[in-house]
Amino acid sequence: MLSFENISNAIHNWLYHSFSPTTALWLEFVLVAVCVISLFSFLGLVLILMERKVSAWMQVRLGPNRVGPKGMFQTVADTLKLIVKESMTPDGADKLLFNLAPFIVMIIAMMLMAPFMFARGFQIWDINIGVLFFTAVSSISVIGILMAGWASNNKYSLLGAMRSGAQIVSYELSAGLSILCIIVLTGSLRISDIIASQENGWWIFKGHIPVIIAFVTFIIAVTAETNRAPFDMAEAESELTAGFHTEYSGMKFALFFLAEYINIFIVCALGATLFLGGWMPLHVGHWQGFNHIMDYIPSSIWFFGKTFFLVFVIMWFRWTFPRLRIDQLLNLEWKYLLPISMVNLLLVTLMAILGWHF
Amino acid sequence: MSFLGKYISNVFGAIRSLWKGMKLTGYYFTHHKEIITQQYPDNKDTLLLPERFRGEVVMPHDENNEHACTGCTACELACPNGTIKIITKFDIAPDGRKKKAIDTFVYHLELCTMCNLCIEACPTDAIKMAQTFEHSVFDRNELTKKLNKPGSRIREGIE
Repeated sequence: MLSFENISNAIHNWLYHSFSPTTALWLEFVLVAVCVISLFSFLGLVLILMERKVSAWMQVRLGPNRVGPKGMFQTVADTLKLIVKESMTPDGADKLLFNLAPFIVMIIAMMLMAPFMFARGFQIWDINIGVLFFTAVSSISVIGILMAGWASNNKYSLLGAMRSGAQIVSYELSAGLSILCIIVLTGSLRISDIIASQENGWWIFKGHIPVIIAFVTFIIAVTAETNRAPFDMAEAESELTAGFHTEYSGMKFALFFLAEYINIFIVCALGATLFLGGWMPLHVGHWQGFNHIMDYIPSSIWFFGKTFFLVFVIMWFRWTFPRLRIDQLLNLEWKYLLPISMVNLLLVTLMAILGWHF
Repeated sequence: MSFLGKYISNVFGAIRSLWKGMKLTGYYFTHHKEIITQQYPDNKDTLLLPERFRGEVVMPHDENNEHACTGCTACELACPNGTIKIITKFDIAPDGRKKKAIDTFVYHLELCTMCNLCIEACPTDAIKMAQTFEHSVFDRNELTKKLNKPGSRIREGIE
């Protein structure tokens, strides 16, 4: 059967069969890089189009509908425009940091792709600290944002970057604690183990109310971490023009824009892996027929379906809720999310020790 | 324990109100019939404008070429930027009395902001807002309009 697992194994075997191990490894690096970059550009086009369509329909509008059938090539046209545009560097800017920042943000988003399992047996790097790797690397992206804000030599940019720093540092806590709930239940940081532990049911169904609370906290925290509305203090169009990327133009702006959407995809992929069973199909108890039909749907479709569902939920938030003030934002984290997720973690631990989950 | 109860009811109240908002946007997301966007140049023939759309001021005339304007200049006084200028004359009524009537109702479309104040000020409903909006012309003299048709008279019984 044609599946991602078989294709990747076949390529792997062929490479090691026809070249020396070192050459084969390097060739695999190149292949993976090409795959990740093409996935990136594809995701960027799809997610931005999806955002525009979702926002339009939620605001009783039509959205892009002129370029290509049903406006499907709108983002392609936008990208072409951005490539052709001039990438300016302001006079007073710190040239090195200014030009480095978008690439740092982008590279970190790329690194985050490593531990994810996109389909059954299809993974770049099955590292035994997958979830830790994710939380550790994703918090570096704030450095790229701070760099951009500082190097722009612009008040708005600096303010946006500082807000973004405060926000990401505080929301990392509750995101981490809600991820920890699943780690406690699974007993492993390896992504493949976490997915394997959900074979007989996703954690959101098996883990009773505490895991649902952890899921809600996770979604809120990652919305804040990716600087999305209603937590888009870092950009806040009405106050800071565009926050940390005010001074960027052309392709460097496009990189920031792309990284934002890739980050949304990545955190949603993590949410889908931890709470919704990754590529595991939906199984309901003893309904054998139903379970068999679900098994026929390819695992990659399950994974991307769940991820895009979560992306849709985050877009739904963005186009429904008004932006929070910075003090309200920090209140929400330190007075509500953090205490709730701490108590919740205790409950989950109790549940895991006493074996109350299914 | 009352602070804990307040805390928990705060959280639930927040979730409920957020869900209320998400329900509305979710409704619009799934019901595309509610979309109000007009694809203007494409649907020029079937264009559906809202009833209260304000395009320009017009003066309706009936089939006898009669209008309802008494020339009271209430609209001219109400207009914030001098869009309307009414030139009055004196008609001789059948019983020999002199009667004030309009000679010309001058309307400067280029000055008008479609604020609707003149229509609200009019005591006899002689003017109203039309739904036309394609106003661009090559000569700006064309934007100065005479709203009363030539030879028109005031309708009987309107004071």
